[in-house]
Amino acid sequence: METLIAIVIGILFSIGTYLILSNQMLRIILGLSLISHGINLMIMVMGGLKTGGPPLLSETFQSFTDAIPQALILTAIVINFAVTAFLLVLSYRTYKKHGTDDMNQLRGHEHE
Amino acid sequence: MNNLLIWPVILPLIAGLLFILLRNHIRLQRVISVVVLGVVAGITIAIMNQISVNGIQTLQLGGWQAPFGIGLVADMFSMLLVLTTSIIAFCCVIFSFRTIGKERERHYFYSLFLFLITGVNGSFMTGDLFNLYVFFEVLLLASYVLVSLGGTKIQLRETMKYVIINVLSSAFFLVGIAYIYSITGTLNLAHISVRISEAGQDGFITTIAILFLLVFGIKAGLFLFYWLPGSYSAPPTAVSALFAALLTKVGIYAIIRMYTLVFYHEPQITHLLLGILAALTMILGGIGAVAYSDINKILTYNVIIGAGFILAGIAAFTENGALGSIYYLIHDMIVKALIFLIGGVIVYLTGTTNLKEMSGLIRNHPYLGWMFFIGSLSLIGIPPLSGFIGKVFVTRGTFEAGYYWLGFIGLIASLMILYSVMKIFMNAFWGETVLSEEEEKGTTKGVMVPIALLTALTIALGIGPEIINSYVETAVEGLMNPQIYIDAVFGGNEIP
Repeated sequence: METLIAIVIGILFSIGTYLILSNQMLRIILGLSLISHGINLMIMVMGGLKTGGPPLLSETFQSFTDAIPQALILTAIVINFAVTAFLLVLSYRTYKKHGTDDMNQLRGHEHE
Repeated sequence: MNNLLIWPVILPLIAGLLFILLRNHIRLQRVISVVVLGVVAGITIAIMNQISVNGIQTLQLGGWQAPFGIGLVADMFSMLLVLTTSIIAFCCVIFSFRTIGKERERHYFYSLFLFLITGVNGSFMTGDLFNLYVFFEVLLLASYVLVSLGGTKIQLRETMKYVIINVLSSAFFLVGIAYIYSITGTLNLAHISVRISEAGQDGFITTIAILFLLVFGIKAGLFLFYWLPGSYSAPPTAVSALFAALLTKVGIYAIIRMYTLVFYHEPQITHLLLGILAALTMILGGIGAVAYSDINKILTYNVIIGAGFILAGIAAFTENGALGSIYYLIHDMIVKALIFLIGGVIVYLTGTTNLKEMSGLIRNHPYLGWMFFIGSLSLIGIPPLSGFIGKVFVTRGTFEAGYYWLGFIGLIASLMILYSVMKIFMNAFWGETVLSEEEEKGTTKGVMVPIALLTALTIALGIGPEIINSYVETAVEGLMNPQIYIDAVFGGNEIP
């Protein structure tokens, strides 16, 4: 199971990297979003994947699921949601103001 | 357990939330923000005195003992930075009264300002790696809005780059946290340190150390600083001074914390890499500072040189190097705020950022001119100003560690700083006065107080370093002996 998820994370990272390397703003934002999803999966795998283990320690259950990675992912998702929302609004404003969504044309000039 | 520790984090947060409700009461917002920052400074001094008597103070939130709970840890190093942060924020907020403009004030400028301070103070004080990430995000989100607030073309463009690079570095921060968690099974910094010293720092952990160096290096403006000059020169002066003084320093703090508390077992790999990056940063920053004739660009490149120089002392990893780094870090925060504020006033007066179009300001503004002169001498490290002592100890530390090249590059970078700030001084203040007082685009009314305060501070720190010397030495002792930090966090409990 871990190997499968690792491959999925790899695919998400490579697609994300590919999108970030493009010129369009929206593609970059989508790429960042995919990478953060990949990272969320990765944090989950790092806690170890188990089936049937409750996230509690008790005397009867031998195996238990580590609950901390899930708490971390929850926090990371919330933060990522806020940042992505801000980034989308910002890119819309930038597009409106500059009239382009091509990052190559947003380099800035020496004299302005 | 010391409940005083929560106030530097929570007080700005409460005030910032309150300001959202008090949107139209701008005068009240101004008063409250000044009071809050003053109170935070006072509380910090109280905590510092407690630390020098009773050792490192901790607060385990909710009563959950380390390593199970998430705690705040106040050691002398972090509290010195919190104190400097409050003083600089105090000066910047007073500066912004006159310069920031009604529109920004009505659009929650003071709320965002205090949220930023919440994030900075929280990052300095937290004792948990994931909590460090959360506080980083708090300060970054506030800073994203502060850079873009106003919505001019340049601001929006530079904010896009700033946000994208920071989201990416935060993503890698999470990757590092995930690796650390899978190896050590904990996120408490002290506990990670214990586990790593028990198991030994193998190649994998060293790789993670380098990953963290990359993450914090992006935030600190170390080597991967290409986003910094643009986004720091876009926002209004009060904001860019705050950023120059605080934001990169949070990244530097995180590097120093991780590299002295957690990843200190393989200095010949990790600290050498840090030294190489610091040297490259100083060289590239120096070239940038010398090359431009735009006042904002010159000043932002000076921020980059400062980041390189502070980390050179940590890369040396000797007691003198660390002492110099802390002195220089405090000095750098104060003097960068000072020089950015004066640079902003120059731009307000002349209406241009191009040095070639300004001249002879000293005739009408002698105080401003001489304070800039003092600030630039302090930046270079001329005695008896505050930069001198830090520079001496950092250089001595690098020589002791055998990194002669690093010390020499630091000194050459000082020459480049000298050239770049003297260029500003000679072009802007000397020469024929081309602007009469009536023709000036702005006034210096009401902005001289914070500038004078910061100038007095840099002179005081230079003449009387004994005032803070005992505090700084305690901080160095804590940095060089991670066991002190670990013992304070666990407080005699059994370490699982």
